[in-house]
Amino acid sequence: MTSTIDPAVNLEAKTSSSLQQNPSRTSRRSRTLAAIVLGTLFLGAIIFSPWILGESGLSTVLTQRNQPPTWSHPFGTDWLGRDMLMRSLHGLSLSLRIGLLAASISAFIGTSLGLAAGTFGGWVDAVIIWIVDVFFSLPHLVLLILIAFSVGGGTRGVIIAVALTHWTNLARIIRAEVLQVNSADYIHLSRQFGKSSLWIARHHMMPHIVPQLIVGLILLFPHAILHEAALSFIGIGLSPHLPAVGIILAESMRHLSTGYWWLGVMPGLLLLLSVKAFDWVGENLRILLAPKTSQE
Amino acid sequence: MLSLSNLSVTFTQYDRGLRRKQLRVITDLNLDVQAGEVVAVVGASGSGKSLLAHALLGILPQNAVMSGTMTFQGEPLTPHRCRLLRGKAIVLIPQSVGYLDPLMTVGPQVQRVAQLTGRTKAAAKTAVKKTFTRYGLPAKTFDLYPFQLSGGMARRVLVSTAVVTPAQLVIADEPTPGLHPDVVSETLTHLRELADAGRGVILITHDIAAALKIADRVAVFYAGTTVEIAAGRDFFTGKLRHPYTQALWRSLPQNEFLPVPGNQPNLEQLPQGCLFKDRCPWVDDLCREERPALRELNDGWVRCFHAEG
Amino acid sequence: MLKGDSLWFRYGPQLPWTVQNISLAVAPGEVLGIMAPSGYGKTTIGKLLSGYLPAIKGAVSVNGRSLPQKGYCPVQLVFQNPELAVNPRWRIRQILQEGGKLNLAQLAAFGIHPNWLSRYPHELSGGELQRVAISRILNSATRYIIADEMTAMLDANTQALIWQIVLDFVKKQQIGLVAISHEQRLLERLCDRILNL
Repeated sequence: MTSTIDPAVNLEAKTSSSLQQNPSRTSRRSRTLAAIVLGTLFLGAIIFSPWILGESGLSTVLTQRNQPPTWSHPFGTDWLGRDMLMRSLHGLSLSLRIGLLAASISAFIGTSLGLAAGTFGGWVDAVIIWIVDVFFSLPHLVLLILIAFSVGGGTRGVIIAVALTHWTNLARIIRAEVLQVNSADYIHLSRQFGKSSLWIARHHMMPHIVPQLIVGLILLFPHAILHEAALSFIGIGLSPHLPAVGIILAESMRHLSTGYWWLGVMPGLLLLLSVKAFDWVGENLRILLAPKTSQE
Repeated sequence: MLSLSNLSVTFTQYDRGLRRKQLRVITDLNLDVQAGEVVAVVGASGSGKSLLAHALLGILPQNAVMSGTMTFQGEPLTPHRCRLLRGKAIVLIPQSVGYLDPLMTVGPQVQRVAQLTGRTKAAAKTAVKKTFTRYGLPAKTFDLYPFQLSGGMARRVLVSTAVVTPAQLVIADEPTPGLHPDVVSETLTHLRELADAGRGVILITHDIAAALKIADRVAVFYAGTTVEIAAGRDFFTGKLRHPYTQALWRSLPQNEFLPVPGNQPNLEQLPQGCLFKDRCPWVDDLCREERPALRELNDGWVRCFHAEG
Repeated sequence: MLKGDSLWFRYGPQLPWTVQNISLAVAPGEVLGIMAPSGYGKTTIGKLLSGYLPAIKGAVSVNGRSLPQKGYCPVQLVFQNPELAVNPRWRIRQILQEGGKLNLAQLAAFGIHPNWLSRYPHELSGGELQRVAISRILNSATRYIIADEMTAMLDANTQALIWQIVLDFVKKQQIGLVAISHEQRLLERLCDRILNL
């Protein structure tokens, strides 16, 4: 080998120190899809559980009061001998449905205002941004309580309160997306091709907005559900005779000090799990919907 | 100092649904860089130029699989070692100020680069100020935000990020496009100075005319492989070995402005035989069957059966 | 005839003029080069001529009439970065169809492989994507093309290849072309006339 470079010889000499090989990975996209399917199935099962399982286990059985978790009652029983698993499922199903409704209304508000702010600009944008800022500057829970209280509480109150307080983030995301896409060169070029504003909105804007909307909506659910539970927990949400998860948790507070930990812990865990499931589905959907990350 | 042999990189991508395809983005790449020289890497976009930089810095995406050998200063360059060395022994000069933090003034950003290589805060600050002065940047540059820099100043700041480190290998990825000709030649001069100070410089560019102003050697990439490694002067003395390099040279506006038709091969299905066979005037049955290896010819290297001195 | 008549432009009422009193004209079939140092508003001139930006003073006209507000603009613009000129969430087929019907013969002449049609922009290289961006404006409704540093990001061979096809099309269809570049030697190769601003 001369002093000059000699790639061909080097390659023989150094083959022993070969580079680290990426182990053959399980397909990333299958894992992403599996996560979405699993999460959706889990949440679907909870939502529809009252219709699948019926009312069994909800009646009072005084001989089986206050039993800790066993195989026949995985979540234990309460002070009336009702099965806590059944109660939790019923409660969570109701909470999820109310949360879904509130989150959907919220997403609708957020998308409309975000689109309006980004598209019209000027004073429309200024006003909407101002409202968003006002919402951000007030403590979330205080605002929730105020609204729920002022519209008279109850199921309707919870839905209105949650719907009216959760749209701000999505509105900001959608507005930013609209502004960014609107200033893109390809939109200007589309006008040069003689496309109308409506055509551009439908063909250029939609493919950017819809994925944001779907992911934004799904990531709204956990917030809406937790806040619904919180409102019910402090007693200005759903009425106490409804089996919502917030009510169940509130009731359990009275029994925690007497050592009946499962009354609070088990429904709480189930609530946490379903909230995480929404998060999981949302994040994985985001990965799948973006053309670049969907390759990884 | 740096030696790459038979480097290959494959991306796994999704087609439709769960069907996967393999993209061979780099195939049997060979390259050597010595201390004190500028090696220009030229080629079309999609020839693997930038991916080479990513491989050296250990920042290839998750879905990439690498094989072959990389050695740096006599020791194998594993992805782990890449991570340890990057920013210290191997640095990248970014393409534009878009790579800097827009909300932070440039002085502290360059200073941070210097601190990461082990200097104290005071020493780093002195080094940055000295470097700025050396490149004729006014003292107030230290406190300017990236968007306040003119094109020429931005280039000098970006070169400074490499100068304040003790890095032996400097990679400049497309430092010239869109710049005023004066700024281009100034930037190239700075890169030449880095090499003259004993560092190795890899200049990645599509602009062969710019590269030839400072490069000791030129590696020509095609479809992810090295087709030729030539000395800079070979271009002017008509000693080019590979038909693609000859075509690149001929197609310059100041020469004949005559292109070879066609595209680089599809990276999903690399053809059997030579990767350039579809566009080559010298192609024969041997080229269609077998892929030529890189061989030495007239003090340079060429990947072609038919190249002759 | 595409005419810009004493054009003035600035990006804000307080800012200095980017374009000051520029007049130029291109005839059908003519290739005009615009050569100027950076910071001279070359890109802005291109945008004014194509109606992408409205001139603050002065007027742009095609055959004596101002540019249409609606419908396909007879003056089309090609940028330096094709990545910005196409929607990243569209497939190549949709991108090409935005300019008009797919012309398979022309795509083949431009070296656009049928395989590319189902891909996304980030799956093509810069040179390949620039060919897509140019190819979608090469149709009979386009009368004038403004090429702003169209091949500055491309290697010499791809640059020569693209210009060969574009010049061929321009001559055949009697299209007026304005080539904006900082590369003297490239413009000398391409243009009938060079305007040094």
